[in-house]
Amino acid sequence: MSAQTFQPIAARSAPINTDGFVAWCKFNLFRDWKTTLGTAVIGAVLLAILPPLFRWAVLDAVWVADYEVCHNAAGACWGVVREKFRFILFGRYPFEEHWRALIATTMLLGLIFASCMRVCWKAWLPLLWAAVLAIYFTLMYGGVLGLAKVETDMWSGLPLTILLASLSMTMAFPIALLIALGRRSGMPAIRSLCTVYVELIRGVPLISVLFMASFMFPLLMPQGFNIDVLIRVLAGITLFAAAYMAEVIRGGLQAIPKGQVEAAATLGLSYWQTQRKIVLPQALAMVVPGIMNNFISTFKDTSLVAIVSLYELTGAMGMAMNSDANWRPFRIEGYLFIALIYFVFCFSMSRYSKWIEKQVNRSKLR
Amino acid sequence: MTPTSSPPPKKTWSWRSQAFRALVYQVVAVAVIVLTVLYLANNTATNMRARGIQSGFDFLSSAAGFDIGESIFPFDSGEPYWRAYLIGLTNTLRVAVLGIVLTTLLGTLIGVGRFSRNALVRGLCVTYVEFFRNIPVLLQLLMWYLMFTEVLPAATEPWVLGPFFLSKGGLNFPIPVWATGQLVASWGLLVGLVVAWWYRRLAIRSFELTGKVKSLFWAPAAIALGCSLLGWILGGANSEWNAPKQGEFAIENGGSLTPEFLSLLIGLTIYTAAFVAEVVRGGIQAVSLGQSEAASALGLSRGQTMRLVILPQALRVIIPPMTNQFLNLTKNSSLAVAIGYPDVVSIANTAINQTGRAVECIAIIMLVYLSTSLFTSVLMNWYNARAAIQER
Repeated sequence: MSAQTFQPIAARSAPINTDGFVAWCKFNLFRDWKTTLGTAVIGAVLLAILPPLFRWAVLDAVWVADYEVCHNAAGACWGVVREKFRFILFGRYPFEEHWRALIATTMLLGLIFASCMRVCWKAWLPLLWAAVLAIYFTLMYGGVLGLAKVETDMWSGLPLTILLASLSMTMAFPIALLIALGRRSGMPAIRSLCTVYVELIRGVPLISVLFMASFMFPLLMPQGFNIDVLIRVLAGITLFAAAYMAEVIRGGLQAIPKGQVEAAATLGLSYWQTQRKIVLPQALAMVVPGIMNNFISTFKDTSLVAIVSLYELTGAMGMAMNSDANWRPFRIEGYLFIALIYFVFCFSMSRYSKWIEKQVNRSKLR
Repeated sequence: MTPTSSPPPKKTWSWRSQAFRALVYQVVAVAVIVLTVLYLANNTATNMRARGIQSGFDFLSSAAGFDIGESIFPFDSGEPYWRAYLIGLTNTLRVAVLGIVLTTLLGTLIGVGRFSRNALVRGLCVTYVEFFRNIPVLLQLLMWYLMFTEVLPAATEPWVLGPFFLSKGGLNFPIPVWATGQLVASWGLLVGLVVAWWYRRLAIRSFELTGKVKSLFWAPAAIALGCSLLGWILGGANSEWNAPKQGEFAIENGGSLTPEFLSLLIGLTIYTAAFVAEVVRGGIQAVSLGQSEAASALGLSRGQTMRLVILPQALRVIIPPMTNQFLNLTKNSSLAVAIGYPDVVSIANTAINQTGRAVECIAIIMLVYLSTSLFTSVLMNWYNARAAIQER
C-alpha cells in the first residue's frame, strides 16, 4: 500500500484582467489580428488627417478680426466670426436693436427649456406661453413703449430660426392631433380627407410648399388682403410639419389596445371623453420621442426659408459674407460656425429625446 | 312578471343615432372643404384677372429662352418649356437614383460598423451619424459646393490622379471608346447574367438536396464577368479609352461631372447615409440576441452570422423606414435650386420668374414628386412583400 500523500494541483493562473485602460485596449482594439489590422489602418488614416486639420483649425488659425492678416495666414480665419457674428446671428435686424431680439429669443428659449421639464407640466404652462409670446412680439415688432418699429421682413438670423421652429411646431401639434384622430375615425369621408392630406404633403418636398406660400398664397387671398411673408411661411411650415407629426401620433394611437376603447365605451364615455381621458394620455406619452425627432427635423428644415428670401441663420450668414468682399474668401469658417450652432441645438434636443424616452418607458421597466 | 320588451326601433333620423350624426359630420366636413376650395379658386381667378396674369399650360410649348447648365440630351434656349422640364426631371432622377444606391451602401456599412468589435470603428460610426445628422442638409450642400468652387484648384491646374482630373470644373474621368468589343461585351454580360442566375438556382437546389455549400455570390459573379470578358475578346478586344487631357483653358475630352452635380450627390448621400445607418442599426437590434448566439453555437463566423442570419431578418424591419429615407433623399434633391443644379425645381423656379405662372409651375413640381414618391413606394412595397415572412 503506497503512501497517499497530499499532492496539490498547480495553481490556476490569475484571471485575465478585464479592468482598466490596458485591458480595455486589448479587448477593443487588439483582440485578434483582424481588429489589430483595423486599428492600424484607421489609426494611420486618422494620423494623416487629424494633425493637418488641427494645424489649420487651431495652430495656424487667425483669431483677430483683421482680414489682411487672414489673407496671409495658412490656417483658418476665425476672425471672420469675431467680425461678423452679430450679422450672422441677427441678420437684417437693425444693429442698435439687437438687444431686443436677444432678450426676446432668450425668453422664448427659456420658455421652451422650461416646457421640457417635468416639474413645469402644469395647467399654467399654456398661460405662460401666451404671456411670453405677447412680450416676444411686442419686443420684436416694437412700435409701442418707445421701441422703434421693426417690420417682420427685417427679422432674421438665429431669432427667426428659433421663432419659425418653435411656433410652427406648437401650432402643428393640435392640427396633427385632429388629423391623426381623423385618420382612425370610423367615418369614411373624414378618414379619406385626412389620408389624402397627409399623403399629399408627405409626397412633396418642403420647398414646393414654401414656393406655394410665397408665390401662390397672395393669389388665394381676397383682393386687397395682404398677409405678411413671415406668417405665410410660418403657415406653410406648420401645415407641412403637421402631416409628419400626424403620422407619428397615429403610430401611438395604433399602439393602444382596442380593449381600452371598448372598456371606455362600456363605462359610458363619449368619443371625446374616451380620447381625452383614456387614449390620448397613453398614446401621447408613447410618441413624445417621435415628436422630438419631428422638432429636430423642423428646426433643420427652417434653413430652407432662405430660398424664399427670409434670412434665417443660413440666409443671414450668406448675406453677411456676400455683402463684404474683404471677408468673402472666409465663408467656409462662417459656415462651420453656424454648423456648430445647428449642431449644438439639434444634438441637445436628441439627447433630451433619449432622456424622455427613458422617462416614458419607466413604467414599463419597473 | 312583465315580459321584457324588445328595445325600441332605432330612430334613423334622430340626433341620438350614431349613424345619423356621423353622416351629418361628414356632410358638413366635405361641404366646408369644397366651399373653401371654391372660395380660394374664385379668389385666385379674380386676382389673376385683376393683375392680368394668364393661366393655363399653353406656355409649355413656347420657347424657354434660357440655357441649362447640364443635361443628358442637348438643349438650347430656343426649345420649348416642356423639354426644359423633361431635362429637369432627368437631372432629378439621375441624382436621386445614384444617391439612393450610394447612400444604401454607405449607410449599411456605417450601421453595421456600430456593432464592430473594434472600438475605433464603432467610435467613427457614432461620430459620423451624430455629426452629419444634426446639421441641416441645405447647409451641408452649400458647404460642399463651396469646397468645390473655392478650395479646389482652377481647371487650368487641376489635381491629377492617374487619368482622373479634379478641379473647379468638376471631375473628369476616362470613358471607353464605344466599339464592337464593348457592344459584344454588353451582350456577353447580359448572357452571363442569365447563366449566372440559372447557376445560382441550381446551386440553391443542390444545397437544399445535398447540404453541400456552394458559392452563391462569387461563382455567379465570375460567370457573368467571364461571359462579358469573352464577348469583349471576341469583339476584337478594343481597349481604346477616351481619356481627359489638359487643354489650354479647361480639361478636354473624357467624361465629366459638374461641381453642382457632385456636391449635390455627395451632400445628399452623406446626409442620408447617417439616417440609413440608424435604420440599419435599429433593424439589427430588433433581431433577438438568441439568433446570433445560436448562429455562433452552430459554428458560423461573425461575418457569416451577420450575412446569413441577422441581416435577412433585420431586412424585414429595415425596409419600411428605408423607403422613407429614399423618399426623403429624392425630395431633398429639390434643394439643388440653392446651388444651381438644374433639377426640376430649379427649372420651375426659372419658369415662374419668366412666365409668372406660379400655380401651374408649382403644380408640375408637386406632380413630379408625388408620382416619384408613389412609384418608389410601390417598388419598395413589392420588395417588402418579397422579403416578408412567408406565412400560410
